[in-house]
Amino acid sequence: MTAKTRRIALTVNGEEVSREVPVRQNLVDFLRHDLGFTGSHVGCEQGACGACTIVLNNETVRGCLVLAVQADGCEVRTIEGSGDLLSDLRESFHALNALQCGFCTPGMMLSAEELLQANPTPSRQEIRDYLSGNFCRCTGYQAIVDAVADAAARRRGGAAL
Amino acid sequence: MKAPDFGYERPGNLEEALRLLAKHGDDAAIIAGGQSLLALLNFRMAAPELLIDIGRLDKLKQISDQDGHIEIGGLVRHCDLAASPLIARSLPLLPRAISHIAHPAVRHRGTIGGSLAMADPAAELAACCLALDGQFLLISERGERWVRAEDFFQGVYETALAADEILTTVRLPKPGPDSVGIFKEIARRQGDFAMAGLAFLTDPQTGPRIALLGVSDRPLLAHGTMAFLKDGPLNESRANEAVDLIGGEVEPPEDPAYPPAYRRHLVRVLLRRALTELL
Repeated sequence: MTAKTRRIALTVNGEEVSREVPVRQNLVDFLRHDLGFTGSHVGCEQGACGACTIVLNNETVRGCLVLAVQADGCEVRTIEGSGDLLSDLRESFHALNALQCGFCTPGMMLSAEELLQANPTPSRQEIRDYLSGNFCRCTGYQAIVDAVADAAARRRGGAAL
Repeated sequence: MKAPDFGYERPGNLEEALRLLAKHGDDAAIIAGGQSLLALLNFRMAAPELLIDIGRLDKLKQISDQDGHIEIGGLVRHCDLAASPLIARSLPLLPRAISHIAHPAVRHRGTIGGSLAMADPAAELAACCLALDGQFLLISERGERWVRAEDFFQGVYETALAADEILTTVRLPKPGPDSVGIFKEIARRQGDFAMAGLAFLTDPQTGPRIALLGVSDRPLLAHGTMAFLKDGPLNESRANEAVDLIGGEVEPPEDPAYPPAYRRHLVRVLLRRALTELL
């Protein structure tokens, strides 16, 4: 029988960590329960809702559809390690009421940030398409699209908020 | 839910992966990107004793331009295919289809080999491989064999893969320079499973190939419509005839959300959209 735990070493939010983990443990559960990074939320556990979105080797992934052992040797960034990168997005989300309960917000902002890095001038439809894998049950999405468009405009030096 | 308990091995090369798979057979599951398997595990619809993680077998992550065809390693991710200049140049059907696969965060992990081996009837790449008349290399300790896409898909999540085989390579013939690849699908939201989809490849020499997804237990070639379209030049009245014809070629499964007649209608709509681009 093969071992049901395994030692992994990875970088999380810039710090190297090494832990013995159950092999069946999701990356997002590892981040939350073992490391205390509770900003990544666990919603559906089937890859549908996007609340667990994290950044693995500079790409967004579903934290519930990656095993912690698969992240061995990788670089992980959560919302906690993304503060400086996202400060303008955070302002836009705040000012334009792009959240209510906040459960989807960390995943929403990490996805939005990835979009803005790849495409600094997204149309509203492109914003909707890119965020289609992140569910929000409060806002109806309109304000979220507003906030991402606003952050994009401000990065281009356009009108503020 | 959380996944059930299982063992985990991460072999360093293909030979070791094949040895593990030969030893454990049906009790083991291969994990590549895990975008389908981990959801199934969390649902507890799958309960393998051992996961064999092939995700670090870098030799299976290559895309290469061969004589007359493109070879894609089984571990090439959807996002890599979508970003590849070689694929954009040689097989533009693929990036068009990939924009419909789930969401960016899933496309960063999901692989072509994983999607094909999973054989979801609504999978985009499966239908593309069928339209492109692709072949898959299946390798085990016993040897290796090429299986055509047409023979590979055998039902919902059912394929020609034996318990000890791994799909390592996808070989797709390069369509001629005048060929056009069109991909259309209808889903309730961007990234959702398609209610119906269509991969359409024109070829002035051999006639078009039309693969349908989401309307049967496997991706399906619309043979009758293909033969009809091959038979004469495309004009508006022949396009209308083809649209009528394709509806009769599919027998979608009973589904309370999308009854067969509705899916048949969607297939007609998709073909009309594709043909409109060609008229």
